[in-house]
Amino acid sequence: MKLIKQDIDKRTGFGSAVLLPEEPEDMWHAYNLISPNDLVRASAIRRVQQETAVGSTTSNRVHTVLTLRVTSTDFDSDAGQLHVSGRVAEENRFVKLGAYHTLDLELNRNFTLIKGDESGGVGSVQLSGADATDRVSVVVGGWDSIALATLEEATDARRRAQIWAVVMQDGLANICLITEHQTLLRQRVEVPIPRKRRGGQSEQDKALAKFFDTVLSTLLRHMELPPVSAAGSTAASGGATAKKRFNTNGIVTNHPPSTPPSASTSDPTVLPLLLASPGFTASAFHTYIKETAQRSASKPLLALLLRVLVAHSSTGHMHSLAEVIASPSIASKLADTRYARESGLMDRFFKMLRLDDGRATYGPREVENAVEKGACGRGGGVLLISNALFRSNNVAERRRWVTLVDKVKEMEGGEVRVLSSAHESGKRLESLGGVAAILTFAVEEEDEDNVEDIANISDG
Amino acid sequence: MSGHRRVKDISYDEDDLDYDYDEGDEYYEDEAGDDTLSPEDQEQMRVGTIKVREALGPSITATEKEIQDALWNYYYDVANSVKHIRSIKLPKQTKPAEQPKPTKSESRFDQAAKAAANAASASKKPGPSPDDIVINAQKKGTQTGKHDAKKKASATDMAKGETNDGLEKLSVKEIGSKNLDVVAEFEKSGLKNAANFVVIGHVDHGKSTLMGRLLYDLNVVDKRSIDRLQREADTIGKSSFALAWVMDQTSEERNRGVTVDIAMNHFETSKTRFTILDAPGHQDFVPNMIAGASQADFAVLVIDAGTNSFESGLKGQTKEHALLVRSLGVQRLVVAVNKMDAANWLSERFEEIKQQMSAFLTNAGFHNKNVAFIPCSGLTGDNVARSVPQGTAPWYDGPTLVSALEAAEPAARALTAPLRITIADIFRGGIVHPLSISGRLEAGTLQVGDVVHAAPAGELARVSGLEVDDEAVDWAVAGQIATVHLSDIDGAQHLRLGDVLCSPQHPVPTVTKFTAKILSFEHVLPMQVSVLRGRVDAAGHVEALVATLDKSSGAVVKRKPKIVQPGAVARVRIRLDKGIPLEDGARVVLRVEGKTVAAGLVEVVDEVKKKATGGES
Repeated sequence: MKLIKQDIDKRTGFGSAVLLPEEPEDMWHAYNLISPNDLVRASAIRRVQQETAVGSTTSNRVHTVLTLRVTSTDFDSDAGQLHVSGRVAEENRFVKLGAYHTLDLELNRNFTLIKGDESGGVGSVQLSGADATDRVSVVVGGWDSIALATLEEATDARRRAQIWAVVMQDGLANICLITEHQTLLRQRVEVPIPRKRRGGQSEQDKALAKFFDTVLSTLLRHMELPPVSAAGSTAASGGATAKKRFNTNGIVTNHPPSTPPSASTSDPTVLPLLLASPGFTASAFHTYIKETAQRSASKPLLALLLRVLVAHSSTGHMHSLAEVIASPSIASKLADTRYARESGLMDRFFKMLRLDDGRATYGPREVENAVEKGACGRGGGVLLISNALFRSNNVAERRRWVTLVDKVKEMEGGEVRVLSSAHESGKRLESLGGVAAILTFAVEEEDEDNVEDIANISDG
Repeated sequence: MSGHRRVKDISYDEDDLDYDYDEGDEYYEDEAGDDTLSPEDQEQMRVGTIKVREALGPSITATEKEIQDALWNYYYDVANSVKHIRSIKLPKQTKPAEQPKPTKSESRFDQAAKAAANAASASKKPGPSPDDIVINAQKKGTQTGKHDAKKKASATDMAKGETNDGLEKLSVKEIGSKNLDVVAEFEKSGLKNAANFVVIGHVDHGKSTLMGRLLYDLNVVDKRSIDRLQREADTIGKSSFALAWVMDQTSEERNRGVTVDIAMNHFETSKTRFTILDAPGHQDFVPNMIAGASQADFAVLVIDAGTNSFESGLKGQTKEHALLVRSLGVQRLVVAVNKMDAANWLSERFEEIKQQMSAFLTNAGFHNKNVAFIPCSGLTGDNVARSVPQGTAPWYDGPTLVSALEAAEPAARALTAPLRITIADIFRGGIVHPLSISGRLEAGTLQVGDVVHAAPAGELARVSGLEVDDEAVDWAVAGQIATVHLSDIDGAQHLRLGDVLCSPQHPVPTVTKFTAKILSFEHVLPMQVSVLRGRVDAAGHVEALVATLDKSSGAVVKRKPKIVQPGAVARVRIRLDKGIPLEDGARVVLRVEGKTVAAGLVEVVDEVKKKATGGES
């Protein structure tokens, strides 16, 4: 994402930024940046009804620039689209003030994001740490520290590592694209494979060939590589027939690739491909790709072969990806990527938690309690927080987490790691309530009934 | 819709019946029916009358005469007859087959009795009856004082008479079925004890080889096959694997020398019919092992007596498998201390292993009396089927492995519970049976012609054939591993491994959220897990740790714990990404990163949807 223009007052949290999303991943950043009550200005298409003097109506679609007061956002990770719903905040000749509209943010088209104007609920909060003498005031709402960090991350121009991964087991493959900020499940392929049975060998082999064929063609389609030509595979009829059979009764049907083959063959940067499975499925699939590549002499496939990593996972489910990325052989190759870091961090947290010495805790209330007691500070305190919490539609809820983050960062001197909820590690964190902390000292758990009482009192 | 489809089906079955009864003309010689009709016609008329009555339901009262006339007119085509009668009687009736009524049961009963007497042999006739109904019917039959007929006639007749009574209660009707009383059939069949056992243990401890040896020595596998395997094994330089290849049949398994999936085989001793489920020992294939163990009545734990092998196994799958089978409900364990030839048949080694394992197994919850230790050697065959050669191990005077297996007591069978089969395999059974599944009947009974409900698809299918131990049969009962040939269902679309076939009256709910009481083997946190049940391997996550419980009393020790320590008992809430068929009391296993973290019992299920039992309409 390009930052075209920026006018942000860091003291008050008021200001605007003009952004240019360039790739689908940028929509994910925009999703994390735009929160309810912000103003978003972008070009829009709106259907306008006009009534003539005689009473007949005509309906036109007009291109216009709209400014919305955001009420909600909706992110479609598969399509990489962001829909921003809200009410029109600046009237123009087509649209009345307060009319509802849903914007589809588009790639390569500027949009302006304004945060922290008067109704945005900006405020500053006095933080008091364990040491009551030093007090820090931080902005909450508007362009607060989290929003600024997200903006910075979004506009970071460094090229980020991306990797394709196929997590598979017999009969099941999850094809996903791991980017810096997201793990996108592109397709789940399921082909029924008969189990081992006396005399069922050929049936099983056939099903397996069909399975591999489906996975490969699906994968190539998603990687926008040309499919292996049918002509090349006549030599080994097994694959070809399997493909034909599959088209009639399989789960996924083959579509022609979205880009012409010539476009991608010239692309020298082939993304690495990670194959992971329990047992021998991944290596068998690797062999299958190799054979197919040799048979069809497909250049892109041969190029891809050089970038294949085969790894072990315990299942073919998506959540095994975290374990694959953490495995030493893969970790060394992916070392400096965000998902590897996040994965490592979660592993560290789980290890601490298993020790059960009270120096690791999770869950909103527990973490807040620990931070309150100053346990998440200098000398090893780490706050892990999922960015899903900052996307909360509830302003007060978002403020609660921003305050917590600022407190750890500014007051206690602890480390804060915002994990992407779109990665497997973020999902692991989410199952813990979205927030966890590694502490510098053990904090005594409050008695549960007590905690509930307190919660009741504070609610009432 | 469904009504129509069924009615259509009926007419097909009429044809079947026709064939089947061809050879049994004399059945009806003294039948006091329409003398002008040939026996076949009578039989058709009889069956057709029942069918039509069923189809009409209780609200339409047609006389026997009317029905038979209609049948005669339409050449026993039930669909048309029903239509006809309906049109003259009560056109607004839409839902057929709600409450079938019996026709005059006296004559039919006699008729059936005769039929059965002759035709106990007449096989492959479809016919389901959920057991409770059958049993009710049975009771009724008894009350109406038909003891004599019943006693002397074979169960086939019983079933016929009873099912006619039972039909009253059927809400989903059975079609073209032989209408056997499977429970009675089973009791009087005098089958040998039957037992399924799973062979478990660490990888490379010789499970497959031991089973290969056992089959060879019991002449299930002939010398020629073994010789052929031996040659093949020799050519790729793995001569010691020849016996294992009896069980390991896929090319992958043979090339790598590792069992990947469950292998099933049968053998029979003078006392018992056994089904072997040879489980893979490799850590990656524990899900397959669980699939096997969930079909087993007892387990054979194979342990390598070799130096270090036993010890490394104890840290690995020897331990995991033993814990798993225990938590999957297996109580009896035969520990085969294998490769004794490599350990020179030292009694010290055997005793050492026995002691260590006893301690461990007791800890794991096995009763001492349910655990037997047998030294043996799969490779040489000593003490597998034949006892140890003189002088090799004078210290051992216990039973051979085979006799230890025979000591298995027959497992209790949940015959009268509603039908449950977890699908362990889906395959093409051949041209006649394009869609077949196999799996163990966990509860209930099944017979050819039954209509079953496939969960979670919610589709109905019909049993067009049944096989047990590779032999075609008319019925199967709980505890047996059956191959079920299905028709009237699109397998590619509606059936997956791990789905459950159940009785349409008592379908299994599809569940995405449930509470389970677990015994943890590793730390349990709110985390992503694989939930395994039979063949099902579902992704999900532990949503909340509800409480840790006291191991013996089950009382709550601590509510909302942060973490569940290994060995603790806890109640947790689990959410699944995709719904699976699950019931209260089902046993599930939770695995994370290739390790079994916990095993548990499902306590409360929150169903997402309960599909109508009547199929689509």
